[in-house]
Amino acid sequence: MKRYDVVTTISYPKTGAMGKTGSWRVFKPIFDKAKCVKCLRCWIFCPEASIRREKDGTISIDYEYCKGCGICANECKVEAITMEREGGKK
Amino acid sequence: MTIMIDTGNYIAAKAAVMAKPDVVAAYPITPQTTLVEGIANYVGTGEFKGEYICVESEHSAMSACIGASAAGSRTFTGTSSHGLLLMHEMLHWAALARLPVVMCNINRVIGPGWNIWTDENDSISQRDTGWIQFYCSSNQEIFDTIIQAFRLAEHKNVSLPVMVSYNAFILSHTSMPVEIPKQQVIDDFLGKYEPLWKLDVDNPITFGNIIGPAGYYKVRRAMQDAQENAEKLIPQIAKEWKQKSGYYHGDLLELYKCDDAEYILLAMGAIGAESKVAIDEMQKKGVKIGLARVRTFRPFPKEEIVKLSRQADLIVIDRNISVGSEGALFSEVKAALYDKSDAKVYGFIAGLGGKDVPYYDVEIICKKAIDGKTKGYEWYGLEEA
Amino acid sequence: MAIKDFPVEECILQGNAACPGCPATMALRMVFKALGKNTVMVVPACCTAVIESLYPHTSFDIPVMNIAFEAAAAGASGVEAALRMQGKKDTTVLAWAGDGGTYDIGIQALSGALERGTNFIYICYNNQIYSNTGIQRSGATPYAAWTTTTVSGKTEFRKEMGDIIQAHHIPYSAQTCVSYPDDLYRKLKKAKSIKGPKYLEIMAPCPPGWRFSMEKTVEMGRMAVETGAWALYECENDVVTFNGKSKLILEKKIERKSIEEWIKYQGRFSHLFKPKKDTKRIQTLEDHIDQLWERYRKCYL
Repeated sequence: MKRYDVVTTISYPKTGAMGKTGSWRVFKPIFDKAKCVKCLRCWIFCPEASIRREKDGTISIDYEYCKGCGICANECKVEAITMEREGGKK
Repeated sequence: MTIMIDTGNYIAAKAAVMAKPDVVAAYPITPQTTLVEGIANYVGTGEFKGEYICVESEHSAMSACIGASAAGSRTFTGTSSHGLLLMHEMLHWAALARLPVVMCNINRVIGPGWNIWTDENDSISQRDTGWIQFYCSSNQEIFDTIIQAFRLAEHKNVSLPVMVSYNAFILSHTSMPVEIPKQQVIDDFLGKYEPLWKLDVDNPITFGNIIGPAGYYKVRRAMQDAQENAEKLIPQIAKEWKQKSGYYHGDLLELYKCDDAEYILLAMGAIGAESKVAIDEMQKKGVKIGLARVRTFRPFPKEEIVKLSRQADLIVIDRNISVGSEGALFSEVKAALYDKSDAKVYGFIAGLGGKDVPYYDVEIICKKAIDGKTKGYEWYGLEEA
Repeated sequence: MAIKDFPVEECILQGNAACPGCPATMALRMVFKALGKNTVMVVPACCTAVIESLYPHTSFDIPVMNIAFEAAAAGASGVEAALRMQGKKDTTVLAWAGDGGTYDIGIQALSGALERGTNFIYICYNNQIYSNTGIQRSGATPYAAWTTTTVSGKTEFRKEMGDIIQAHHIPYSAQTCVSYPDDLYRKLKKAKSIKGPKYLEIMAPCPPGWRFSMEKTVEMGRMAVETGAWALYECENDVVTFNGKSKLILEKKIERKSIEEWIKYQGRFSHLFKPKKDTKRIQTLEDHIDQLWERYRKCYL
């Protein structure tokens, strides 16, 4: 990446520009692979791109950045993702 | 080299086209109209090979110039008065983005009431936008300054937008002979534009996102440094252009018969040109007076003015008014001298609303100051109908 | 298109400043999957300017230029002209603005760029409010909705931006919704393939702005379509085609759901339900949507 030699508001791409946003989470998505039908609705609707596609067609969740919105769980038609309160169930 | 006898606006159009910008985005306003029509004509003849975007407002004109410049292209526009005021937000944007847009502003009165004649309140009220500001006094100077403006704006130590101002009708619509150099001379002088940063899919930066106080503070400081660099570069560029074209109109100031002067008149634009006649007349009568025509209001020629104040008292004519204070040039001159000089400074407002300021009025103004018949600051010619 | 066939490439990086459940980042992910990385983006003041995150870092992996609130389309015109002059004709220029920057303060520059035939894609992500400034009414805010500047509910109906755009007779315009990735993706791909000005509007339900629970973003978008509060359609060379559920509603093959089904989840309409149900204003909303669809049927059936 070329750095421009000028002092103005020029910013460079960085994953985690606002830090590890996983720390924002109150509820955590828990993925149950056995229930997954590989529809990938959770992947396409994740606002954070924090759902990773795996080689077997299922998914995994990047907890470092997942903000815990719960859209993945809400959109999963087979309840393969459920939301649990961080630091202990419910 | 050819001689072109034409109005300030058509001369400016010629200069702009010869600088070969990729993009011109402009919106018509009296008295700038013939400038953009001139460029449109060059589109028609094929002499202008860039893109002329006919935007729907001056705000969009400057926004489009910002977009084009950010994408790495040489960019030009022109406006006047209310058009300049509508651009105001984007003038700041262009300067903070460090984009070397070059723009002509034809100094015109601000309404209400509607008045298309000249004064300089439009550009003076853009003083703090970060733009470099030139004021011209002849059509030749318009041509030469536009070329120099591209060179200065695009210099890596400057990278700021430049405004080239000249007076409505007195210059914009008055024909004068102008020497036009060969295209090759301009090509060599300007070289290829190398932007300091640009929107580039191979180097995906984000420009202008949220910035905290500490970072922003540095951005402002860098703009100030760039203006200070421009202060040093303007004389160098003027000198180099003189070597290439034979024309020289001064550095930050144009000094006219200032040797041995005990009084020095400071004025800008067309009044500056008219003042040369007044200086000649007064010198004939034995008055030891010279002229320092202010070419750049930003960067402001502080050091040069302090130097002049060591030999002479200063008389300032402002064709603008910072309402509630005084003429802007008068204020700036006094601020430059503070703690550095004991010279007297006399300030006069003249020619607002396009009121004519002929050389004999300039003479009367100077005489009032020299004879001590002024309180130090006054409005000249107010009593006339 | 099956979701598995969407490109895996991402242009929005994780760890950005968007609120949880944000429809803008959700939509942007889909937009960039359709447009790819040979895209330059122009962003006026809007939530996305915040989502980009804090200098000297950015959460966008494509070139982005921020510009003043009213200036997105004009700035994009300049970028497009410059890239064309440089021979970079295959780069897509995308202006990405909210409904405030589109319906209201930016409409002049947008109209100008459309009329000039600027070769770019303009996307309005419509969350029906000025959300970045803290939820004030916009020209896109629906009747009766609470905002911080319509504390008892908006007394006017929203503007029909689609009609205004169509009056420019540009080659392609469309309305889509973040809840329908296939519809959104297809429309973006089509827009990318057409030369000239293209306008897309993406319904983008905003959890904090509309006062609904953040896991319901997609659901709220779906309900907007199913209740007829929002229509999926596209207009190619002045021919309007309704898509998906909206097509079925238009053709009366399904009945649109009651608006209550949508607004009851949204805190911005809670004053219509408590302390007492405001049947009059709910009916006004229903009637307005009925009138909208009657007009659609008259024009496009």
